[in-house]
Amino acid sequence: MVTHETTTHTTTGSRLKEKKKQEEKEGAHCRRVTDQSRDMARQMEDSHRRFLQTMMANGIVDEQSARTLYQYCCETHNTQHTPDKLDDFIETINSKLQPMFMQVRKGMSEDNGQQFYALVNMAETDVTRMSSDYADNELELFRKTMDLIVCSENGKASSTDILNSADTLTTKKLKKSETEHLLNRLVHDRWLNEKRGEYTLSTRCIIEMEPYIRSMYQDQVKVCHICRNIAFQCQICEKPTCGIKIHNPCVARYFKGRAEPRCPACDDFWPHEIPEVRRPRSQSKR
Amino acid sequence: MTQRKRLANTQSSSQNKRQSVPLASQEEDDDSTFPQPSSSQVQRGLERFTPAQVDQKTAEVVQFFLVRDQKKIPVRRADLVKHVLKDYRNIYPEIMKRAARTFDQVFGLKIVEIDSKNHMYILVNKLETAEAPPITSPTNPKTGLLFVVLSLIFMKGGAVRENLIWNTLKKLRVDAGEKHEEFGDVKKAITDEFVRQRYLEYVRIPHTEPVEFEFRWGQRAEVEVSKVKILEFMGEVSHFLSERGLSLCTDEDGCFRVSISFLTCVCVCVCVCVCVCVLAP
Repeated sequence: MVTHETTTHTTTGSRLKEKKKQEEKEGAHCRRVTDQSRDMARQMEDSHRRFLQTMMANGIVDEQSARTLYQYCCETHNTQHTPDKLDDFIETINSKLQPMFMQVRKGMSEDNGQQFYALVNMAETDVTRMSSDYADNELELFRKTMDLIVCSENGKASSTDILNSADTLTTKKLKKSETEHLLNRLVHDRWLNEKRGEYTLSTRCIIEMEPYIRSMYQDQVKVCHICRNIAFQCQICEKPTCGIKIHNPCVARYFKGRAEPRCPACDDFWPHEIPEVRRPRSQSKR
Repeated sequence: MTQRKRLANTQSSSQNKRQSVPLASQEEDDDSTFPQPSSSQVQRGLERFTPAQVDQKTAEVVQFFLVRDQKKIPVRRADLVKHVLKDYRNIYPEIMKRAARTFDQVFGLKIVEIDSKNHMYILVNKLETAEAPPITSPTNPKTGLLFVVLSLIFMKGGAVRENLIWNTLKKLRVDAGEKHEEFGDVKKAITDEFVRQRYLEYVRIPHTEPVEFEFRWGQRAEVEVSKVKILEFMGEVSHFLSERGLSLCTDEDGCFRVSISFLTCVCVCVCVCVCVCVLAP
């Protein structure tokens, strides 16, 4: 269940502080209203609503599908469709979702570099957004898995390491079979990906949890030098004084066609294998 | 059997106020302690909070509904008051009004009260089910099963003894006693899951010994599923079967069965005759 901290302070000091917070919120509210009146032309219509409903049912869609969906929603409701205005269309939706602390956000898959749109919940600053589906000890294990992934060099956590951390839970312990079952659920619910016994954070997870990860793992989290987003599966410059990180797909795009790849920050030779740029898959129905 | 990709949602203007007697008695809520505030109480209540606070509370109510509805769990007013509204319970009608407006304007959804005695709500789609959407949601495979059951109930005039359901499903090669590869535990899906989600009602037939139960459409089905769609679905099933020389009909003890139609018999006979003529010297 999604809740915000309720304000039930009783002391005068706290009450004054709350009042100030509320006044600031009202100010922000007024600013939003002013913004909205500027955007009067962009009111939500049925095309937006249908798009939003589809996003709600799917959680995350790739860019290609989002474009097709945008066109389809406009055509279904006889609204003008401008192909390269998808982000504006989404912005209209986001302006109305903001009071509910929801947003349609864009992010990149670390596997293939494809862009995705995900409907995310901005209310929680913790993994408690998952609390309606997972027990406390399960959330704790998820946090530990995230620890392992963030602190790893390759952005992966082996099932062995995760099973071992199940033994160190401070909430109720998890048996091996329970941990395996939990990991399957996390994959099924699209928080984690699994490949050959190793777990990575899903694209949806990265998009949704980015603010939490940035604040929680300030010092440890890697940031891609090219796109400036948080990075887990990436290549690292070998020069000790440099050590910049670049997402695998960002490496592919940045170094494409260059005879001799060089670090964009320190100009040292880039020693890693440059992956191929992956073409986006043509749109497919699930 | 044609499988529905998505449950048809349609706007229904009539609210179903039918009083059901659900099997699980824990549905009784303690709403009796919450008296509906008068409009003057609401006015006074509104003065206690800033507009921003009221907006925030409305947003929380919207979130609460969305999370519950995602799992097809109806929202009970008692839960809403206890977990979300709390101090704001006196302006409950105003918050609900604003939440409804948000659902309408932002999401294209409608809040529908499916149980006016226990005050339970669900979200219903206001947008028409569109043809051939480019993205089909991760489909719940049990939707097809649900549609078959709803169709059977519909064709039998609104109520069906449970034995008829099991027997008919068996003839469609879905054995409720066994684990089905696509639907899983069929009996549980129908008697528990669909009932909890309010798609079906599982009602005891009075004066039966041993006790017998019947199935009816549930409140959610009444508002979400259009009868037109059911007829279309039945039409598709019929068409599917007729293409294979089969048809739906009811036999003496009221079971639906699939039978080879007369036309097919004729065709088969003709083919046999032709073969005989050709082969014969």
